Amino acid sequence: MAEVLDIAVRLIVIVVAFLVLPLIVGQMEHKAMAHMQSRLGPMYAGGFHGWAQLIADGVKFAQKEDVIPAAADRRVFAIAPAVALVPYLVVMVVIPVGPGLVGADLDAGLFFVLAVMGIGVLGSIMAGWASANKYSVLGGMRAAAQLMSYELPLVLAASSVAMAAGTLSLEGIAEQWRWWWLPWQAIGAVVFFVAGLAELRRPPFDMPIAESEIIMGPMTEYTGIRFALFMLAEYVGIVVLSALTTVLFLGGWQGPILPGPVWTLIKIFVLAFVVIWVRVSFPRFREDQLQKLAWIGLVPLALLQLALTGVVRVLLA
Amino acid sequence: MTFEAPGFWPPSGPEVVFLLLGLVAVGSALLVVTTRQLVHAALWLVLCFGALAGGYLVLTAEFVAWVQVLIYVGAIVVLLLFGIMLTRAPIGRSADLDSGNRWAAVLVALATAGVLVSVVVAGFGTAYAPLEPGQGAAKPLGSSIFRTWVLPFEALSVLLLAALIGAIVLSRTDIRGRE
Repeated sequence: MAEVLDIAVRLIVIVVAFLVLPLIVGQMEHKAMAHMQSRLGPMYAGGFHGWAQLIADGVKFAQKEDVIPAAADRRVFAIAPAVALVPYLVVMVVIPVGPGLVGADLDAGLFFVLAVMGIGVLGSIMAGWASANKYSVLGGMRAAAQLMSYELPLVLAASSVAMAAGTLSLEGIAEQWRWWWLPWQAIGAVVFFVAGLAELRRPPFDMPIAESEIIMGPMTEYTGIRFALFMLAEYVGIVVLSALTTVLFLGGWQGPILPGPVWTLIKIFVLAFVVIWVRVSFPRFREDQLQKLAWIGLVPLALLQLALTGVVRVLLA
Repeated sequence: MTFEAPGFWPPSGPEVVFLLLGLVAVGSALLVVTTRQLVHAALWLVLCFGALAGGYLVLTAEFVAWVQVLIYVGAIVVLLLFGIMLTRAPIGRSADLDSGNRWAAVLVALATAGVLVSVVVAGFGTAYAPLEPGQGAAKPLGSSIFRTWVLPFEALSVLLLAALIGAIVLSRTDIRGRE
């Protein structure tokens, strides 16, 4: 009985985090972007500095008519948002926020996370194709091309940390982490974060959804709750990427004075702020620049980091 | 290593799950070749690979299962879809997807399946190995690949490298053969 209760509590906490953290990040984006652009952002909903804006948005989305274009492939169109969203929920199960505070500690947790996150992009491709819209197809193809080129540096950078820690378990990696890993794994951390941003299709890597030229790409034809699911997937993606970078490269729950889970949350939100900051600061990359950055920039850097990790490991042993 | 095999009846939980996953894998594989919609074939392939990964999981081959998802679902299917969308991806049924060779293909597929099944039955028969969690974890797998099986592993990696170089040579139009 106690075991069942333990699992139930863990799952409930994960679902609550899955629903609440993206909203906080979304609100943070509204406000941080507004202040960086000398605006106030939402101020009315809920009273205090517009804190309830996203809840109001959610209610609005739920009330909207669910339109499916006549020429669309109805079934694929309907399940695409779920394919985009569910992988992130599954990934959250294995991300530890403190020693023992994890849904399930998998032996090959790192591989699990990378594998499942790669499925999410299928949602964009399916949505792009099934919409029967030329802008959507273009967006879907760009998403596919982007995933193929950025998956490689992402996996290489992550395997460098796994080599350093000598384990593939996320909890094990965070436990092994020492402060001098920060300079040692610095290149890997940057490569991982940048490639992760590209995998989320966040600006400046938002060529697939470029709203000013292909009108949100795969999401052009989506309205109402399905569109909201895509947006939720994007913000859960930010949380997951920040959490992974925290666990792999920033020592997870390690830190002085404050309790572990608090440190994890602080690091996650600092990284989420960086994601927002980057969005406000950089113009969008062109498609060929995107590919060039991945193949000429990030892949060689990730390989260099792998070599560096190997050399230091051999010297230390 | 053979152990006393427990009877097939009643089936244990893992056996039932494994059978169901097998049914999903075979069913979706059949749909891949029978569907008349090109993109749907690629999407059924995702389900097929997923069910295969589930099968590996039930057999405690954790690491292989995640690699299967990472490489096949995450990379190969995405590449396939990209290729289809780049060339021709109509929504709805295409009339010209059936090839005249399909009966030969059915024959070859059945023959291959027959050979594989009979080899497995002849090789292992009623051999039985109990499933222990942790057998397929990264550590035992890595030490057996890089200690016991390191030579085949290296031979395979040279083969892959040759294929890679071949692909580059074929796709580069500025590299010409000797006149």
